[in-house]
Amino acid sequence: MNRKIRVLIAKPGLDGHDRGAKVIARALRDAGMEVIYTGLRQTPEMITNAAMQEDVDAVGLSILSGAHMTLVPRVLELMKANGQGEVCVFVGGIIPEEDARELEKLGVKAVYGPGTPTTQVIADLTQMVEPA
Amino acid sequence: MDIPERVLQGDRLALARLLTWLENDQPRGRAALDALFPHTGKSHIIGVTGPSGSGKSSLVNRLALQLAQADGSQPARRVAVLAMDPSSPFSGGALLGDRVRMRDLMECPEIFIRSMASRGALGGLARAAGELVLALEAAGFDIILVETVGAGQSEVDIARLAHTTLVVEAPGLGDDIQAAKAGILEIADILVVNKSDKSGAESAAHTLAAMLEIGAELKAETSAPQAAWKVPVQLTSALNREGMVSLAAAIHEHFTWLNASGEWERRAQARLEDLFNRLLRERLYEDWQRSQPQANLSEALQSLRKRETSPYSLIERLFS
Ligand SMILES: Nc1nc2c(ncn2[C@@H]2O[C@H](COP(=O)(O)OP(=O)(O)OP(=O)(O)O)[C@@H](O)[C@H]2O)c(=O)[nH]1
Ligand SMILES: [Mg+2]
Repeated sequence: MNRKIRVLIAKPGLDGHDRGAKVIARALRDAGMEVIYTGLRQTPEMITNAAMQEDVDAVGLSILSGAHMTLVPRVLELMKANGQGEVCVFVGGIIPEEDARELEKLGVKAVYGPGTPTTQVIADLTQMVEPA
Repeated sequence: MDIPERVLQGDRLALARLLTWLENDQPRGRAALDALFPHTGKSHIIGVTGPSGSGKSSLVNRLALQLAQADGSQPARRVAVLAMDPSSPFSGGALLGDRVRMRDLMECPEIFIRSMASRGALGGLARAAGELVLALEAAGFDIILVETVGAGQSEVDIARLAHTTLVVEAPGLGDDIQAAKAGILEIADILVVNKSDKSGAESAAHTLAAMLEIGAELKAETSAPQAAWKVPVQLTSALNREGMVSLAAAIHEHFTWLNASGEWERRAQARLEDLFNRLLRERLYEDWQRSQPQANLSEALQSLRKRETSPYSLIERLFS
């Protein structure tokens, strides 16, 4: 048997900066995970549909636009509707402390600010996710 | 409801989970595929191969939409995409990025896309690709597009998996001798010269068409001419959405030829035998390995390393 952690890295919303998303995608690949990278400007519908087709263990959302309080809850809601409520969702970007707490209450497993070492994300994911 | 039944009823999450099990070679995946096997064999499997960067994913993005929609001669069809990218030989991880080029498809939730890592397999296809295709067949897709890892050197595996193989080239990716040497032209049922918006595309198409003609002449010397399929060269621009109607028509023509010539059946048979042979090889090896006392094997490998025994005589000894 050859199980791998599968992670979708997505950039919802309209901002065009995907360096952070690319860095984390690359780091997770180098840690032995299979990372599905979907590119810029994804709608929550596109992201959650991809998460379902790819049967991922985790979804990482990179958001710099400030729209996280609308985008993230929508993603969580659609994932639940798709039967993927158990999938680990984490968020990276510039997220104020109180918003982070709010998102965690809604079901986000971790929120990472700028400058979080990728090793921490890798360690968290490995611990949180049990591959299918 | 169990997974096979849910897959047959079009449950996408169940299908996705089954694909994961098959990819990981889990026993429950095999059990599910057992139940689904009678429902396979009706889909048109289209391979898309060619050098890295020639535009395979971009082409699949446009082509899948073209094939999915009803046009004058065709009804609307259900389309799935299986897109392969390489695994890192160092970490075993993979960055699967074909979806970045398939944005239009991601806006059509009825088109099912699955990314797959090659997981160390050579030849452009992951080891379990054939099993994933079987599951997609059972799920009722009329057309399954399989994009290989980009390499451009003799991806024979895809030609054995697909009914119709598209080889995608682009101007500026090498000359005709390279194409001939690599054997990539031999596996093409349809040759696509993508990036027709760039200069050099038409001359590349001419050169490749001439290469194909040489190949066809040599083949005609040895096989019956009436059954031959003439490989068409199609110019496309995935960027400008050009050439898709013509490419879809060429694919349909090939489909008609496959059925009329008996090639459809022959290729289907070869594909199943490939799968059977591979599973048999793996099973024999596993059983043999399990039957060997561990000490026996490591001792044998020691003598190999010390060069006391050659690999040939070692095998003879293990089987005597
Ligand atoms: N000018 C032009 N560029 C194109 C066309 N099709 C694709 N490209 C570009 O070519 C590059 C590679 O395209 P992909 O579709 O990723 O190529 P690929 O063959 O799938 O690549 P791999 O999966 O890495 O082997 C991208 O920058 C595309 O935007 C086209 O018709 N014209
Ligand atoms: Mg590609």
